[in-house]
Amino acid sequence: MTVTTDELSFRNAIREAIDEELAADDKVIFFGEDVAEAGGVFAVTPGLREKFGDDRVFDTPISELALASAAFGSAVAGMRPIVEIMFADFLFLAMDSLVNQSAKYWYLSNEQKSIPLVVRSAVGGGVGFGPIHSQVPISWFLGVPGLKIVAPSTPNDAKRLLKAAIRDENPVLFFEHKGLYSTTEIRKEQTAHESLGKARILQSGKDITLVSCMKGVAECLEAAKMLNEIGISAEVLDLRSLRPMDSELIQSSFSKTKSLLVVEEGPITGGWAAEVIAIANEVNTGAGKKLWRIATDDRPIPFSPILENAFFASAQVILDSVRERHGK
Amino acid sequence: MMTKSVADLELFEKMYLIRTFEETVQSLFQKGEIVGTTHLYSGQEAVATGFASALKAQDLVAATYRGHGHALATGVSTQSLMDEMLGRASGVCGGRSGSMNVIDLKNRLIGCFGIIGGSIGAATGAAISLARKNGVAIAFFGDGAINQAYFYECLNFAAVRKLPVIFVCENNLYGEYTPWEDVTAGGIRARAQALEVKSETIDGNDVWKVQQTALESFEYSRNGNGPVFIEALTYRFVGHSRSDPAKYRKPGELDAWKLRDPLLIARKRLISDFGYTNDEIDSVEKSVNRAMDVVRENSLKAPFPDLGRLGSEFKEFNTRGGRSK
Repeated sequence: MTVTTDELSFRNAIREAIDEELAADDKVIFFGEDVAEAGGVFAVTPGLREKFGDDRVFDTPISELALASAAFGSAVAGMRPIVEIMFADFLFLAMDSLVNQSAKYWYLSNEQKSIPLVVRSAVGGGVGFGPIHSQVPISWFLGVPGLKIVAPSTPNDAKRLLKAAIRDENPVLFFEHKGLYSTTEIRKEQTAHESLGKARILQSGKDITLVSCMKGVAECLEAAKMLNEIGISAEVLDLRSLRPMDSELIQSSFSKTKSLLVVEEGPITGGWAAEVIAIANEVNTGAGKKLWRIATDDRPIPFSPILENAFFASAQVILDSVRERHGK
Repeated sequence: MMTKSVADLELFEKMYLIRTFEETVQSLFQKGEIVGTTHLYSGQEAVATGFASALKAQDLVAATYRGHGHALATGVSTQSLMDEMLGRASGVCGGRSGSMNVIDLKNRLIGCFGIIGGSIGAATGAAISLARKNGVAIAFFGDGAINQAYFYECLNFAAVRKLPVIFVCENNLYGEYTPWEDVTAGGIRARAQALEVKSETIDGNDVWKVQQTALESFEYSRNGNGPVFIEALTYRFVGHSRSDPAKYRKPGELDAWKLRDPLLIARKRLISDFGYTNDEIDSVEKSVNRAMDVVRENSLKAPFPDLGRLGSEFKEFNTRGGRSK
């Protein structure tokens, strides 16, 4: 089969995004285990070191905590690092730097400096890597204020969103599903610069909303076709960004279809699907009116007593909330 | 006798400022004006002061939750630091960080890190950027940090990338409540030697010795030779944190180290080596005391943060995607 120049693979989409951003801004650097000389274990990044030099594209020791620190520290000091953590299962070794340093810096520093870094990491199963090289650890990071999480489903979107992630002023986890690397689609010209945090409707429907991200989106589209044959019109919503999550689009779609199914690749307990369902529920009609939550704001816990005291829900806040919903 | 220079008297003044600041924090704590916890630097002042005196404008510093001394040494204003301790809006981080996590990039302070070893990672990363600007990063950390993954991973990373970073291990004999020898295999400096990183163990209570080591280390790293590891021997005169009475000290240990108080050593050397008089040094102390009284009063009167300006988790946050209670 001849691949025409109009075809874009997911793998090439990632490389092109890094290539273009390295070319556009001298502050962008890219590093990780086996990414330079070898071009990445998933063959995503060949040729970048040759093009940009060892100061900007380099191999590192197998030290995930040091990699995350290198990204954090270099970003504090003015760079825009992209770091590859080979498998997302290895992110757990890098937690302190990502969660306590990068994610909290903007808020904690009283907005002196944000941390524009991107962590690229391969996720997902279905390719025979077993339990510790196949996880999708999105829910580990979902509750971390200050982190953005992006998870694209198609080559064109991967390129668009990775470029947006590199240009974003905040730390971004960018997850690439291993099962998508070899997928291709017709290249679409990238026009306006994208910002993160927006989901998209890939197919309109009126009876049910199917929500997913990454590889699950293709499964939902396939299921939607089959559903159509039995007279059920399905809307397919590709989340694209898990944090922040596009509450508006989830809620407007659910308001229309009144039925919503989330397809998550990950354990059902504590997964991001629960967050989607909670957001959909918060349209506050029907059962949603009597099923709700109070939690802290999406910010790090502040030190100052006056800020800290206001941060947590008091008995009075609980009382007021219940009275409002129950009309008493 | 060496030439009498104002810079040398200023080293003493800075150390005395740090000691006085910590004593003021302690007293405000006891009065309930400061909440939470604090980790005081009393006894270790010469390490931060000596290294900070060798910094250039483009250099950066990462310190620990015992970081008031490092902050003052790098130039963070006494008033804004004290305001931060009290959670006031005029604090260096607007009251958001408190004692353990102070950040002041204008004064080259990347941050004080609340997790042991965090400063090592921050400085290593900063050095990637500073290598382009002829700058050097310093990580301050304690003897406890050398058993963290941060230490091994980053020392190796910095060595293979030849990064301009100085790793300063302040060995004050205790990791929190535990003597370092009880929980550490082998020596401290030996770990840097195993990685063939240039290293030295120094008296961390003599500010001139620290300064001289700092100048040599900065020059070595700035010239592209890679990282340096310094073990500075010192001692903290107070407990690990405010709740620690320090009952684990060996009998007589504290008294012996008080004879090696960095302020005492500096006073003696100012007189014997630089020709200052006791009166001149006393007058520096008096002026710091007076200034600290003013800082204290100002801080207690400073307004708390405005609950109408809570800030955001993200820079340039698109509120449509965000959630709050």
